[in-house]
Amino acid sequence: MASKNKSPEQKQYEKLEQKHELKRPVLQNCVKAFFVGGTICLIGQAITYFYIYFFHFTEQTAGNPTVATMIFIAMLLTGFGVYDRIGQFAGAGSAVPITGFGNSVISAAIEHRTEGFVLGVGGNMFKLAGSVILFGVFSAFVVALIKTLLQIWGVI
Amino acid sequence: MLPMFFWAFVVGGLICVIGQIMFDVLKLTPGHTMSTLVVVGAILGGFGVYDPLIDFAGAGATIPITSFGNSLVNGALQEAEQHGLVGVLTGMFEITSSGISAAVVFGFIGALLFKPKG
Repeated sequence: MASKNKSPEQKQYEKLEQKHELKRPVLQNCVKAFFVGGTICLIGQAITYFYIYFFHFTEQTAGNPTVATMIFIAMLLTGFGVYDRIGQFAGAGSAVPITGFGNSVISAAIEHRTEGFVLGVGGNMFKLAGSVILFGVFSAFVVALIKTLLQIWGVI
Repeated sequence: MLPMFFWAFVVGGLICVIGQIMFDVLKLTPGHTMSTLVVVGAILGGFGVYDPLIDFAGAGATIPITSFGNSLVNGALQEAEQHGLVGVLTGMFEITSSGISAAVVFGFIGALLFKPKG
Protein backbone atom coordinates (compact mmCIF):
# COMPACT_ATOMS: atom_id res chain seq x y z
CA MET A 1 0.00 0.00 0.00
CA ALA A 2 2.53 2.61 -1.09
CA SER A 3 0.82 5.96 -0.91
CA LYS A 4 3.47 7.99 -2.76
CA ASN A 5 4.15 6.47 -6.16
CA LYS A 6 0.76 6.27 -7.79
CA SER A 7 0.24 5.78 -11.46
CA PRO A 8 -2.00 8.31 -13.27
CA GLU A 9 -4.67 5.61 -13.51
CA GLN A 10 -4.62 5.16 -9.77
CA LYS A 11 -4.96 8.89 -9.20
CA GLN A 12 -7.84 9.03 -11.63
CA TYR A 13 -9.49 6.14 -9.85
CA GLU A 14 -9.05 7.88 -6.50
CA LYS A 15 -10.82 10.96 -7.80
CA LEU A 16 -13.64 8.79 -9.11
CA GLU A 17 -13.80 6.99 -5.79
CA GLN A 18 -14.03 10.23 -3.84
CA LYS A 19 -16.83 11.46 -6.06
CA HIS A 20 -18.92 8.36 -5.48
CA GLU A 21 -18.06 7.80 -1.84
CA LEU A 22 -21.12 8.04 0.38
CA LYS A 23 -20.98 11.05 2.65
CA ARG A 24 -21.41 9.84 6.19
CA PRO A 25 -24.11 11.72 8.07
CA VAL A 26 -21.71 12.64 10.86
CA LEU A 27 -24.03 14.91 12.84
CA GLN A 28 -26.93 12.49 12.71
CA ASN A 29 -24.67 9.61 13.76
CA CYS A 30 -23.32 11.66 16.65
CA VAL A 31 -26.82 12.47 17.89
CA LYS A 32 -27.76 8.78 17.75
CA ALA A 33 -24.53 7.80 19.51
CA PHE A 34 -25.13 10.45 22.18
CA PHE A 35 -28.64 9.28 23.03
CA VAL A 36 -27.99 5.53 22.92
CA GLY A 37 -24.67 5.83 24.77
CA GLY A 38 -26.25 8.16 27.31
CA THR A 39 -29.14 5.78 27.84
CA ILE A 40 -26.78 2.85 28.43
CA CYS A 41 -24.92 4.92 31.04
CA LEU A 42 -28.27 5.91 32.58
CA ILE A 43 -29.15 2.22 32.98
CA GLY A 44 -25.68 1.69 34.46
CA GLN A 45 -26.32 4.50 36.95
CA ALA A 46 -29.63 2.87 37.96
CA ILE A 47 -27.85 -0.47 38.51
CA THR A 48 -25.14 1.32 40.53
CA TYR A 49 -27.79 2.80 42.86
CA PHE A 50 -29.45 -0.62 43.08
CA TYR A 51 -26.20 -2.13 44.39
CA ILE A 52 -25.58 0.80 46.75
CA TYR A 53 -29.03 0.65 48.37
CA PHE A 54 -29.73 -3.09 48.43
CA PHE A 55 -26.28 -4.68 48.76
CA HIS A 56 -24.51 -1.91 50.71
CA PHE A 57 -21.75 -1.22 48.23
CA THR A 58 -20.18 2.23 48.41
CA GLU A 59 -20.12 4.65 45.49
CA GLN A 60 -16.53 3.62 44.79
CA THR A 61 -16.99 -0.18 44.93
CA ALA A 62 -20.38 -0.35 43.18
CA GLY A 63 -18.66 -0.01 39.79
CA ASN A 64 -17.51 -3.64 39.79
CA PRO A 65 -20.86 -5.43 40.15
CA THR A 66 -22.40 -2.84 37.81
CA VAL A 67 -19.93 -3.71 35.07
CA ALA A 68 -20.56 -7.43 35.58
CA THR A 69 -24.34 -6.91 35.41
CA MET A 70 -24.06 -4.80 32.27
CA ILE A 71 -21.99 -7.54 30.60
CA PHE A 72 -24.60 -10.12 31.65
CA ILE A 73 -27.31 -8.00 29.99
CA ALA A 74 -25.04 -7.67 26.93
CA MET A 75 -24.82 -11.48 26.80
CA LEU A 76 -28.61 -11.85 26.66
CA LEU A 77 -29.02 -9.08 24.09
CA THR A 78 -26.18 -10.48 21.95
CA GLY A 79 -27.55 -14.01 22.13
CA PHE A 80 -30.99 -12.93 20.99
CA GLY A 81 -29.47 -10.83 18.19
CA VAL A 82 -30.75 -7.52 19.58
CA TYR A 83 -27.37 -5.93 20.28
CA ASP A 84 -26.26 -6.08 16.66
CA ARG A 85 -29.37 -4.19 15.64
CA ILE A 86 -28.76 -1.55 18.31
CA GLY A 87 -25.18 -1.34 17.06
CA GLN A 88 -26.25 -0.74 13.48
CA PHE A 89 -28.42 2.13 14.63
CA ALA A 90 -26.18 3.65 17.28
CA GLY A 91 -22.63 3.08 16.02
CA ALA A 92 -20.23 4.15 18.76
CA GLY A 93 -23.16 4.68 21.15
CA SER A 94 -23.33 0.94 21.75
CA ALA A 95 -19.65 0.14 21.07
CA VAL A 96 -17.94 2.51 23.52
CA PRO A 97 -19.78 1.47 26.73
CA ILE A 98 -18.53 -1.67 28.49
CA THR A 99 -21.51 -3.56 27.01
CA GLY A 100 -19.80 -3.18 23.61
CA PHE A 101 -16.70 -4.86 25.04
CA GLY A 102 -18.91 -7.65 26.39
CA ASN A 103 -20.69 -7.89 23.05
CA SER A 104 -17.43 -8.31 21.14
CA VAL A 105 -16.31 -11.14 23.47
CA ILE A 106 -19.67 -12.90 23.51
CA SER A 107 -20.44 -12.59 19.80
CA ALA A 108 -17.00 -14.00 18.98
CA ALA A 109 -17.61 -16.88 21.40
CA ILE A 110 -21.02 -17.69 19.89
CA GLU A 111 -19.81 -17.27 16.32
CA HIS A 112 -16.95 -19.76 16.64
CA ARG A 113 -18.89 -22.35 18.60
CA THR A 114 -19.20 -24.58 15.52
CA GLU A 115 -15.39 -24.97 15.53
CA GLY A 116 -15.57 -26.65 18.93
CA PHE A 117 -15.29 -25.35 22.46
CA VAL A 118 -11.53 -25.50 22.85
CA LEU A 119 -10.21 -24.25 19.52
CA GLY A 120 -13.33 -22.35 18.47
CA VAL A 121 -14.76 -20.65 21.54
CA GLY A 122 -11.60 -20.66 23.64
CA GLY A 123 -9.28 -19.60 20.87
CA ASN A 124 -11.42 -16.87 19.36
CA MET A 125 -13.16 -15.37 22.38
CA PHE A 126 -10.79 -12.39 22.61
CA LYS A 127 -10.30 -12.04 18.86
CA LEU A 128 -11.84 -8.54 18.85
CA ALA A 129 -11.52 -7.56 22.51
CA GLY A 130 -7.89 -8.68 22.68
CA SER A 131 -6.61 -5.42 21.23
CA VAL A 132 -8.47 -3.45 23.91
CA ILE A 133 -6.92 -5.59 26.64
CA LEU A 134 -3.44 -5.46 25.09
CA PHE A 135 -3.29 -1.70 24.66
CA GLY A 136 -5.13 -1.08 27.92
CA VAL A 137 -2.75 -3.23 29.93
CA PHE A 138 0.40 -2.03 28.19
CA SER A 139 -0.45 1.66 28.44
CA ALA A 140 -1.53 1.21 32.05
CA PHE A 141 1.77 -0.56 32.74
CA VAL A 142 3.80 2.29 31.25
CA VAL A 143 1.75 4.99 33.01
CA ALA A 144 1.83 3.24 36.39
CA LEU A 145 5.55 2.45 36.04
CA ILE A 146 6.43 6.08 35.28
CA LYS A 147 4.29 7.37 38.13
CA THR A 148 5.69 4.84 40.62
CA LEU A 149 9.28 5.61 39.60
CA LEU A 150 8.65 9.34 39.96
CA GLN A 151 7.22 8.72 43.41
CA ILE A 152 10.18 6.55 44.44
CA TRP A 153 12.64 9.19 43.25
CA GLY A 154 10.63 11.80 45.10
CA VAL A 155 9.81 13.92 42.07
CA ILE A 156 6.08 13.97 42.87
CA MET B 1 -29.70 11.52 42.94
CA LEU B 2 -31.44 13.10 39.91
CA PRO B 3 -28.52 15.33 38.88
CA MET B 4 -26.33 12.20 38.99
CA PHE B 5 -28.61 10.50 36.44
CA PHE B 6 -28.53 13.62 34.29
CA TRP B 7 -24.73 13.90 34.31
CA ALA B 8 -24.33 10.14 33.78
CA PHE B 9 -26.45 10.51 30.64
CA VAL B 10 -24.67 13.61 29.34
CA VAL B 11 -21.08 12.58 30.08
CA GLY B 12 -21.61 8.99 28.90
CA GLY B 13 -23.28 10.28 25.75
CA LEU B 14 -20.45 12.73 25.06
CA ILE B 15 -17.78 10.03 25.37
CA CYS B 16 -19.76 7.98 22.84
CA VAL B 17 -19.91 11.03 20.54
CA ILE B 18 -16.10 11.24 20.71
CA GLY B 19 -16.02 7.58 19.66
CA GLN B 20 -18.46 8.28 16.84
CA ILE B 21 -16.33 11.17 15.58
CA MET B 22 -13.31 8.85 15.56
CA PHE B 23 -15.40 6.38 13.49
CA ASP B 24 -16.76 8.89 10.99
CA VAL B 25 -14.31 11.77 10.73
CA LEU B 26 -10.97 10.07 11.44
CA LYS B 27 -12.25 6.87 9.73
CA LEU B 28 -10.81 4.53 12.35
CA THR B 29 -12.05 0.96 12.69
CA PRO B 30 -13.97 0.08 15.88
CA GLY B 31 -10.90 -1.84 17.08
CA HIS B 32 -8.61 1.18 16.68
CA THR B 33 -11.18 3.49 18.29
CA MET B 34 -11.65 1.28 21.37
CA SER B 35 -7.89 0.79 21.77
CA THR B 36 -7.28 4.55 21.53
CA LEU B 37 -10.01 5.31 24.07
CA VAL B 38 -8.56 2.78 26.53
CA VAL B 39 -5.09 4.34 26.18
CA VAL B 40 -6.61 7.82 26.68
CA GLY B 41 -8.38 6.53 29.81
CA ALA B 42 -5.12 5.11 31.16
CA ILE B 43 -3.27 8.41 30.58
CA LEU B 44 -6.08 10.45 32.17
CA GLY B 45 -5.99 8.00 35.08
CA GLY B 46 -2.23 8.53 35.42
CA PHE B 47 -2.74 12.28 35.72
CA GLY B 48 -5.49 11.65 38.28
CA VAL B 49 -8.14 13.38 36.16
CA TYR B 50 -10.44 10.41 35.66
CA ASP B 51 -11.46 9.74 39.27
CA PRO B 52 -12.90 13.24 39.78
CA LEU B 53 -14.92 12.64 36.60
CA ILE B 54 -16.30 9.42 38.14
CA ASP B 55 -17.29 11.33 41.29
CA PHE B 56 -19.03 13.85 39.08
CA ALA B 57 -20.74 11.66 36.49
CA GLY B 58 -20.94 8.21 38.12
CA ALA B 59 -21.82 5.55 35.57
CA GLY B 60 -21.39 8.12 32.80
CA ALA B 61 -17.65 7.74 33.43
CA THR B 62 -17.45 4.12 34.67
CA ILE B 63 -19.46 2.46 31.87
CA PRO B 64 -17.52 3.78 28.81
CA ILE B 65 -14.43 1.74 27.90
CA THR B 66 -12.11 4.62 28.91
CA SER B 67 -12.80 3.62 32.51
CA PHE B 68 -11.14 0.25 31.80
CA GLY B 69 -7.79 1.97 31.21
CA ASN B 70 -8.27 4.14 34.28
CA SER B 71 -9.08 1.13 36.49
CA LEU B 72 -6.01 -0.75 35.23
CA VAL B 73 -3.78 2.20 36.20
CA ASN B 74 -5.52 2.61 39.57
CA GLY B 75 -5.13 -1.08 40.40
CA ALA B 76 -1.46 -1.01 39.46
CA LEU B 77 -0.80 2.18 41.46
CA GLN B 78 -2.65 0.93 44.56
CA GLU B 79 -0.57 -2.24 44.66
CA ALA B 80 2.61 -0.32 43.82
CA GLU B 81 2.07 1.82 46.91
CA GLN B 82 2.26 -1.27 49.09
CA HIS B 83 4.82 -3.44 47.29
CA GLY B 84 6.87 -1.04 45.20
CA LEU B 85 7.65 -1.66 41.53
CA VAL B 86 6.49 -5.31 41.52
CA GLY B 87 3.03 -4.06 42.41
CA VAL B 88 2.69 -2.46 38.99
CA LEU B 89 2.41 -5.97 37.54
CA THR B 90 0.66 -7.77 40.37
CA GLY B 91 -1.98 -5.12 40.89
CA MET B 92 -2.84 -4.54 37.24
CA PHE B 93 -6.15 -6.45 37.22
CA GLU B 94 -7.03 -5.73 40.86
CA ILE B 95 -10.01 -3.52 39.99
CA THR B 96 -10.90 -4.65 36.47
CA SER B 97 -11.06 -8.34 37.36
CA SER B 98 -14.86 -8.23 37.49
CA GLY B 99 -15.15 -6.95 33.93
CA ILE B 100 -12.72 -9.49 32.48
CA SER B 101 -14.07 -12.45 34.44
CA ALA B 102 -17.67 -11.47 33.68
CA ALA B 103 -16.83 -11.27 29.96
CA VAL B 104 -15.12 -14.69 30.03
CA VAL B 105 -17.80 -16.43 32.12
CA PHE B 106 -20.80 -14.94 30.34
CA GLY B 107 -19.09 -15.36 26.97
CA PHE B 108 -18.76 -19.08 27.60
CA ILE B 109 -22.30 -19.39 28.97
CA GLY B 110 -23.51 -17.47 25.92
CA ALA B 111 -21.67 -19.89 23.61
CA LEU B 112 -23.31 -22.81 25.46
CA LEU B 113 -26.82 -21.32 25.31
CA PHE B 114 -27.03 -19.62 21.93
CA LYS B 115 -26.42 -20.83 18.40
CA PRO B 116 -24.90 -18.51 15.79
CA LYS B 117 -27.43 -16.85 13.52
CA GLY B 118 -27.29 -16.38 9.75
